[in-house]
Amino acid sequence: MAAERRPGELTLTEMLRWGWRQLTSMRTALILLLLLALAAIPGSVIPQSGVDSLKTSRWQEAHPKLTPIYEKVGLFSVYDSPWFSAIYILLMVSLIGCIIPRTFHYWKGIRAAPPKAPRNLSRLPDHATYETKDGVDDVHDDAFALLKKRGYRVVSGPDGAVSAERGYLREVGNLLFHLSVIVVLVGFAVGSLFGYKGGVILVVGNGFSNNLTQYDDFVPGSLFQPDDMEPFSFDIGSFDVNWLTSGPRKGMAQGFESHLTYQETPISEAKKYDLKVNHPLSIGDTEVFLIGHGYAPVITIRDGNGDVAYSGPTIFLPTDQTFTSFGVVKAPDARPKQIGLEGGFYPTYAFTQKTGPFSVFGNAVNPAISMLVYTGDLGMDGGSSQSVYELDKANAELVKKDDGSMFRVDLQPGQTAKLPDGLGTVSFDGVERWNKIQISRTPGKFVALAGVVLALIGLLGSLFIRSRRIWVRARREGDGTLVEVAALERSGGGDVSVVLADVVAALRAASPSPGEKEKS
Amino acid sequence: MTDAAWETLSNQAVAACGVVYFLALLAYLVEWSALRKVPVTADAAVATDGSDGGVALATGGDGVDEDTARRTALFGRLGLLLTMLAVAIQFVALVARGMAADPNRVPWGNMYEFTLAGTFVVAALFLAMYRKLSLAWMAPIVVGLVLVLLMVAVIWLYDPVAPLTEALYSPWLVIHVVSAIIATGAFTLGGICSALYLIKERSKRKPTGYLARVPEPAVLDRVSYRLHAFGFPVWTFAVLITGPIWAHQAWSTYWNWDPKEVWAFITWVVYAAYLHARSTAGWKGRNAALLALLGLATLWFNFIGINFFSSTSQHSYAAPAVQVVDVPASGLSTR
Repeated sequence: MAAERRPGELTLTEMLRWGWRQLTSMRTALILLLLLALAAIPGSVIPQSGVDSLKTSRWQEAHPKLTPIYEKVGLFSVYDSPWFSAIYILLMVSLIGCIIPRTFHYWKGIRAAPPKAPRNLSRLPDHATYETKDGVDDVHDDAFALLKKRGYRVVSGPDGAVSAERGYLREVGNLLFHLSVIVVLVGFAVGSLFGYKGGVILVVGNGFSNNLTQYDDFVPGSLFQPDDMEPFSFDIGSFDVNWLTSGPRKGMAQGFESHLTYQETPISEAKKYDLKVNHPLSIGDTEVFLIGHGYAPVITIRDGNGDVAYSGPTIFLPTDQTFTSFGVVKAPDARPKQIGLEGGFYPTYAFTQKTGPFSVFGNAVNPAISMLVYTGDLGMDGGSSQSVYELDKANAELVKKDDGSMFRVDLQPGQTAKLPDGLGTVSFDGVERWNKIQISRTPGKFVALAGVVLALIGLLGSLFIRSRRIWVRARREGDGTLVEVAALERSGGGDVSVVLADVVAALRAASPSPGEKEKS
Repeated sequence: MTDAAWETLSNQAVAACGVVYFLALLAYLVEWSALRKVPVTADAAVATDGSDGGVALATGGDGVDEDTARRTALFGRLGLLLTMLAVAIQFVALVARGMAADPNRVPWGNMYEFTLAGTFVVAALFLAMYRKLSLAWMAPIVVGLVLVLLMVAVIWLYDPVAPLTEALYSPWLVIHVVSAIIATGAFTLGGICSALYLIKERSKRKPTGYLARVPEPAVLDRVSYRLHAFGFPVWTFAVLITGPIWAHQAWSTYWNWDPKEVWAFITWVVYAAYLHARSTAGWKGRNAALLALLGLATLWFNFIGINFFSSTSQHSYAAPAVQVVDVPASGLSTR
């Protein structure tokens, strides 16, 4: 069945070729660039789960109707979403499709001699003519020498006319830039595929060894292998912080410094490092960052039988700049009933009737805890995992005073409170500090960096190397010589008329002859 | 000098340079209103593109009385001198601002200081390029813009001198932010050219008044390109080299899709599109100029919008001192 081809109908190959041409055209690349910019916007407006998961889950709770729709189109992880990937992959293909043919083209172009002078130089937009008494060959020789000296690649045409070109490196810069963009993306991809990022909160004095079980949160790349993790370990010996007590930023903390002792491998010798903000510790390919700090009140709960049901520093999370912190303590082993505490820690405790307890300063000058007590089933026996920062109060009841009024455990260090109904006692033994440590491994980061630096170099070349051609032709006219000079700017942005005037002036200075007159 | 004295000096210098900018603006307005009486001759049109810089210098001659010619020239020069003086005073304000901090630091730690430094760069860059790019026609716009931005900074953005948050103490504060400021200045000047290109191109038939003395669209396009071509590599350096290096040191990830990063990237992409558009058939000229303005809009939105509206940005140093910290990670107020 030989179908007759109608006009405008394309075979599959023609179709593909047409598609490829469309994709690799500058116009498509431009539109894809703009689409990429447009597609990046939602990620800056809607909280991203990869950037701030807590914020994202809060947003999702607050918008129950939008959440399923947003989830479907991947608006909570825009930069991993299929449509975002589609745009940049198309852009990459377009870029590669643009670069490869151009590489061959420019490779030839770079080695090519300047093109011979057009027949009619005065047709070019930027041209000048003048007359001189010098001979035709003299003018050509002068022009040749002058342009050579100015860094042009110069050849003489068959009619003696001089063709000169400069700025061959401009296109090299252009190519370097576009190739480097690919290098950057490769480096970026390697980092996000093979790298990982994790965080852990450690009470000062405690240690950490680098394996998966020790992390509080861990975000691996999709091709990450746990075997790649470097077997280092460290202890936080002490932590210093400097509180500002005057000035407009009164109450702000500065000069965070964790004094670490670390071992690169279990058998290597221990070294010391002072971990500060902006000064991560590098161990092999992995880096350790100090990114947060807070308080861990040491609380002991004795149950109704007088046995210790819970004891130790408990991590409280700061809620504001004064380090008013929130935390929970769970004592599931307390008898006769389980005991849970929920409430605040105030580093510099203050109280007014209106505000209730609050902290006036971030430093632990007058620390206190003020917590509510719950008893009953804390929901910890079911085996399902629970956040250590939340108390399951579904089957627990709030403990009140015998007369039914509000009961709070308000304690300063060293104090103990007796719980009603013979539940037991709560002691506040002291305050310790914790550090939030971020650990990340980003392979390929130097590839990406090298790529960007090369891209910048290429960019500078392609923007600032001026590519232009100059032709000079002299011919006998009457008893004088008529010289035509034309210049062509091949890169936008330059003002070639200035260059032309300059060359003409230099040529005329080279052959000063009386009686010349200028035409333009 | 004590820190408090430096701070007072800085505030007074800002006020003083505001006044001088205003006087410069007045001088330019007198110059341009006097020029309205002078017919635009072919000579004048060339002169705005010429190398002597002055707009009024090449007028005079046929039919124009000596007085008007002298007056325009005088006020043009006066305006330029006052602009130079204002830039010098603004420099003093910046230095004093840095000296007032304890420890001394670069004066771009918050939005007020960034605006102060940014407008300084716009004005200084304008003066530096005044002759090279024959920018005399741009003077009233630049001075007016700088004046307005300074007022915005003083009225809405003012912050007393204060120590920086921990993460900002880094050599990268100098390198990263200074390159961002310089690029912002260049893009702003380039944007002015592109805006005038669009206006001039629309009223091509018979422009009158100010517009008649603005260079031809082709010249505007070229000047705009040169300013953008200068700004783009600097922006690349700020956003894609120093930014990631610093982010890696302070926040453990060199690219975190933080809203500020996203918008800096968007700006970069739009300006990349502008540079490509200039050499693409069907896009050069009008569309390229529109892209340049779009780039400028994203740039300014990134500076103002993200700082005020985004709570997730780690860059929002304009946020009030007390921040509610959700995650344990944020105790250090690097965010």
